Amino acid sequence: MTTPGTAAANRPAPDPEPLLSLRGVDKSFGAVHVLQGVDFDAYPGQVTALVGDNGAGKSTLIKGIAGIHAFDGGEYLFDGAAVAVHNPKQANALGIEVVYQDLALCDNLDIVHNLFLGRELTRRGRLDEAEMEKRAAETLAGLSVRTVKSIRQTVSSLSGGQRQTVAIARSVLWNSKLVILDEPTAALGVAQTEQVLKLVRRLADKGLAVVLISHNLNDVFEVADRISVLYLGRMAAQVRASEVTRNQVVELITAGRSGEHGLTAADKLAAGPAATEER
Amino acid sequence: MSIPTSTRVEPQQGPVVAHSGVRATMAEYLERVRGGDVGSLPALLGLVVLVAVFSALRPEQFTNAFNLANLINQSAAVIVIAMGLVFVLLLGEIDLSAGFTAGTGGAVMAILLTRQERPWWLAVVAGVLTGAVIGIFIGLLVARLGIPSFVVTLAAFLGLQGVLLELIGEGGSIPVRDDNLLALNNDTLPVWLGWAMVVAVVATYAFVSLRKAQRRRQTGLASTSMQVVVAKIVVLALLLGLATAYLSQERSRNVALTSIKGVPIVVVLLVGLLVGLNFVLGRTAFGRHVYAVGGNAEAARRAGINVQRVKLACFVISSSLAAVAGLLLASRDNGITPSTGGASTLLYAVGAAVIGGTSLFGGKGKVMDAVVGGLVIAVIINGMGLLNQPSSVVFMVTGAVLLVAASVDALSRKRAAATGRV
Repeated sequence: MTTPGTAAANRPAPDPEPLLSLRGVDKSFGAVHVLQGVDFDAYPGQVTALVGDNGAGKSTLIKGIAGIHAFDGGEYLFDGAAVAVHNPKQANALGIEVVYQDLALCDNLDIVHNLFLGRELTRRGRLDEAEMEKRAAETLAGLSVRTVKSIRQTVSSLSGGQRQTVAIARSVLWNSKLVILDEPTAALGVAQTEQVLKLVRRLADKGLAVVLISHNLNDVFEVADRISVLYLGRMAAQVRASEVTRNQVVELITAGRSGEHGLTAADKLAAGPAATEER
Repeated sequence: MSIPTSTRVEPQQGPVVAHSGVRATMAEYLERVRGGDVGSLPALLGLVVLVAVFSALRPEQFTNAFNLANLINQSAAVIVIAMGLVFVLLLGEIDLSAGFTAGTGGAVMAILLTRQERPWWLAVVAGVLTGAVIGIFIGLLVARLGIPSFVVTLAAFLGLQGVLLELIGEGGSIPVRDDNLLALNNDTLPVWLGWAMVVAVVATYAFVSLRKAQRRRQTGLASTSMQVVVAKIVVLALLLGLATAYLSQERSRNVALTSIKGVPIVVVLLVGLLVGLNFVLGRTAFGRHVYAVGGNAEAARRAGINVQRVKLACFVISSSLAAVAGLLLASRDNGITPSTGGASTLLYAVGAAVIGGTSLFGGKGKVMDAVVGGLVIAVIINGMGLLNQPSSVVFMVTGAVLLVAASVDALSRKRAAATGRV
C-alpha cells in the first residue's frame, strides 16, 4: 500500500490548467505590505499545501481568495477567466468554500441540520427533511465517511475528527470547485489526523482543487501534490511535493531560499523592511 | 488502497441507522434518555405524581371535571406567556417584561373595548399589536445594540409597569364586559364541537405523520415502522378522547340554574398555538435558525443566517404571545388592574418553560414544554389551595419544584456532556 501523497506524485505529469491563478497580488494594511506580488496556483484534482511561518501572509492570502478582504492589486483568475471577488458571497458563487480552523458547527443540531445550515432545502415553505437527509447521506458516502453512527446524531456527540469531517463535507455539498482548509488537523490526535488527511485526499481525487494550510510538514508531505511556501509576504516557491525534501521546505519557510528554489537575494532586498514586520 | 468514488448510497453501508419496529424505537428513546436527552419526561412524570397525590388527599374536590376545567382556565395565560418565552430562551436570552407586556396589551384592549366602545375584534388586534411593538423595541435594543436582554427587559419590566398604571389611571381598573371576550377564558364549547375538534386534531396528526413516513420511504430512507406511527396516532386519539369525555360531563353545581359541560374555549386557542408554533420551530427554516443561533451564534452567522433578524423575530413572537395572554387574563378577571401580569405571573411563566424542559442556556426546548410546565405549576397552586395551605407554603413548594426542574436540567446537561450529547 502506498501513501496517498506518493501515489499522486507518481502520476504522469502533464499539468492541468490551474483552477485558481493569482498573478502578482498585493495587499497592505496601512503601511504594512502583507502580500507583495504573490503568484499562487491551485490545480483541480490536486492538494496544494500552503505553508509559511507565522506572519508570512497565509491567512491574508486565503482571506483574499475567499473575498473577506479583497486584494489591492494583481490578477485573480478563476477557471481561466479574470474575476472580481470582493465579498464572500462572490467567492461562494464561484464555488470557493473555506473550512475555518475554529469549526463553525452548532453542537445542538444533528449532522444533517449542520450540513444544510443556512441553506436549508424547503418544499412549499416546509423543511424537506427527507431530501436533506438523503443528500447528506450521499455526500458522506461519496467521501467514504463511515465513522459516524447515524447522521441524525447531534454534533456534540462527535469526536474532533468527525466534526472536522462534517465541516469539510459541508464545504463540498454545494458543488464547490475549490476548498480551502485552514489547519484542519491542528487540534486532532494521530488517528483522527489520519482520518481527516484521507478525506482531504479524497476531495482532490474527486476532482476538486484543495488548498491545505498547515504547520505540520508530516501532514503536508503525506497528502500534498504541490507545496507553496510564503516567506515574508512573497511567494518563495511553488514546487511539486516530489521535487523537494523536507529540509528544503524547512529552509524555504525559515530563510525563503533553498538550493535552486526560493527567492534570490535581490528579491529579498526588494521586499524591503516593511515586509519583515510581524502581522 | 482503494478510494471509492461512487456517490450512490448502498442501503446497508451508509451511515444511516435503519430503525424499525416498536421495540427498536423504544430502545432508541431509552438510549436518548439515558444519554441525558430527557426533554419533558421529568415534568410529565412530576405532573402524574402531583395529580396522584392531590387525588389521594382531596378525591372529592381535586379530581372532578369542574376542577380540571378550572385548572385549564387558570393556567392558560401562564402557558401562553411561557410559549412565547420558549422562543427567547432558545436563543439563550430572557424576557423579564413578558408579564407586564401582557398587562399592557390587555389594557390597550380593555380601553378600546370599554372606554371607546370599539368592536371586540379591533380591540383584540390592537392589544396583540401593542405586544408586537414592545417586542420590536426590545428586540432592536438586544439584537442591534447588543445590550444584554436581561437588562433591556428588566428596564421594560419597570417601564411597562408605569405605562400600565398610566393607561389605567392610578388606583383604578378597567372592566371588560364584552361577551365575546369574557367567553374566551370562561366558557366552554358545545359538547359536539369539542368532539369535532378531537377528530380534526387526530385526523390532521395522522395525515401529517403518515405523509412523512411515506415521503421518507419514497426518498429511500430508513423510516419508522408503520406500527410505531399507528401506535402514536392511537395513543393521541385515546388521550384526547378521554380528556374530552371527562370534560363533556355535566359539571355544574346546580344543574337547574345553569349547565356547564364541554371543552373550555381557551383549549382551542392553546391547541392552535401549540400546533402552529410547533410547526414554526420544527418545520421551517426560521425555526431551524432559532435553534442554530441558540446553539452557536457565530456558526449561524458564518452559515449566512441573519442572526439579528432571528433575534428580533423571537422577541416579537414572545411579546405578541404575552399580549395574547393579557387578553386571557382580562377575560378571566373581568378586567385589567395595575397588577395584571404582575406579581408572580412572569416568574411562573419562566418556571413553566424551565420545568417543562427548556434550557436557560439556549438551543434546547420545545413549545410543548410550556404546556407541560404550565400545567405542573397550575396543579401545585390549585392542589395546595384545596389543601387549605397558606400562600406561604404554596410559594415555597413552587420554588422547590422549580429548583428541582433546574437541577434536572443541569444534571442532564452534565450527563449529556459525559455521553457526548447536549
